[in-house]
Amino acid sequence: MKYGEVFTKGIWERNPQLVIGLALCPTLAVSTSVSNALWMMLATSFVLLGSNLLISSIRKIVPAHFRIPIFMTIIAAFVTVVDRLLSAYRPDVLHALGIFVPLIAVNCIILLRGEEFAQKNGMFASALDGIGMGIGFGLTITVLALVREILGANRLFGYVLIPGLEPAGVMILAPGAFFSIALMLWAVNALKSRRNRK
Amino acid sequence: MTKKEKHDELLISHPPHIRSSESIPRIMWTVIIALAPAAVFSVYLFGIRALVLISVSVVSAVIAETLIRLLLRKPATSLDGSAVITGMLLAMNLPPLAPWWMAAVGSFFAIIIVKQLFGGLGFNIFNPALAARAFLTASWPAHMSGDWYRFSDMNVLSPAINNAAGFPPEVFDALTRATPLALLKEGPKILADNNISVSRLYDMATSADMLKSLFAGNVGGVVGETSAILLLAGALFLFIRKIITWHIPVTFIGTVAAAAAVFYSLMGLSAPHLTALYHVLSGGLLLGAFFMATDTVTSPVSGKGKVLFGIGCGLITFIIRMWGGYPEGVCYAILIMNALVPLIDRFMKPKVFGVRKMKTGEARVLASPKNKGVAK
Repeated sequence: MKYGEVFTKGIWERNPQLVIGLALCPTLAVSTSVSNALWMMLATSFVLLGSNLLISSIRKIVPAHFRIPIFMTIIAAFVTVVDRLLSAYRPDVLHALGIFVPLIAVNCIILLRGEEFAQKNGMFASALDGIGMGIGFGLTITVLALVREILGANRLFGYVLIPGLEPAGVMILAPGAFFSIALMLWAVNALKSRRNRK
Repeated sequence: MTKKEKHDELLISHPPHIRSSESIPRIMWTVIIALAPAAVFSVYLFGIRALVLISVSVVSAVIAETLIRLLLRKPATSLDGSAVITGMLLAMNLPPLAPWWMAAVGSFFAIIIVKQLFGGLGFNIFNPALAARAFLTASWPAHMSGDWYRFSDMNVLSPAINNAAGFPPEVFDALTRATPLALLKEGPKILADNNISVSRLYDMATSADMLKSLFAGNVGGVVGETSAILLLAGALFLFIRKIITWHIPVTFIGTVAAAAAVFYSLMGLSAPHLTALYHVLSGGLLLGAFFMATDTVTSPVSGKGKVLFGIGCGLITFIIRMWGGYPEGVCYAILIMNALVPLIDRFMKPKVFGVRKMKTGEARVLASPKNKGVAK
């Protein structure tokens, strides 16, 4: 097994949102600012890493017909850890991300990685897979958030970019999220099909 | 391939066999001519800012069309007139004092996102100009609801509409700060705050001065919507050239008028028909009903479907005008009905010529061996 590939495939080749088409809900909702996006990347990567490691470590003793509830419990446990940590140290972040922190538990990408990868592979590979997927998920949100925060609020990390410019408020609203993810998918697919043709 | 003499072959071609001299550019330029009077009048009424808006909007729409077709490696369509119409309609849907860059951004959004990315002319689901207007409203609401042309002092309405109802000056100022439809929407609250009977608002709205101004176009509003008579003249031209049919405009405007008449007569107004007329003449109803709801790409195919489409547009418009968050609802009404067009077309399929609907069980009888060879 090529460990490098296991790590990088989540970022480009099998990017959760752009290729698999999962986890679009938090992507659209949280990408209103770059700092939100980065915190979401951190939180999700942590949960992915933890759940992948634990699922991989108990993969030989989990009964096959009963695995989904077990995986869900593991994922929910790590989400609770993230939720409590944020509430203790960064309540502002927890407030900004709102419902989307507890909702990491039902982020389908986490269950998918447990199902598809961690229960069939060793702990080291599973950890790499989890971090890679988390980074890939987070990068998509971050790029989306860059576009939306700059166009929709004329800000970056909360700082005003060009004083006096009136930003297009719609980009911060829900329609802006749909426009930008659609254009991003278009760009990525165009890039991929061009590369395949060569 | 061997060379054959022309008359050796029987010419076989796909339908349609009847050719018309109509073509896309011809239709589009006819619509532009029909829009021209209202556009020229807006420049006369609102001054050079309206001209700047229209020019910027048209030029950016054509540039956007050229750029995106190049980028998508498709044949150029910039000069077929459809981009010019989109630009023109968008500018006619902006407040006269809106900044010029809003027209440019709106045109790019209309052409690139709403029209070309859905496949270009003939494939777009939504009317590009209206979708761009909705985009601009969501992006810069302050400009879209505040950049009105002021005729004198704070008065958005024409000076011809005088204080006939005898309101105190400050109340009259507050009433005439926005468009005719905003007057109807916010008027009751302003009057209630000043302990003045609401009926006097409707007296002013249905006064001869007000209705005359609305008909001639001597009132505030977005660039192209003000002059009822010039829009009607343009629409008449389109009817004569058979570019539009009666279905959508008549049912659209008729539904708004009927709903308004019923609503105001239930309210106990003395002249509900005049208030209904006020509803028809103010806002973007005429512009929307004749020039945007009738867009062949984004409206149903069959006559029955068009009637349903028009009624839907009218109802949604009236509901937004009376109870919605915005004073005007034509834009959103048409957009919502645009989204329903595929559904309407599905349920309103015209009868296929020469085919009769079979009753249940009839097909089986016909197919049974007894009826072999029976052609019904």
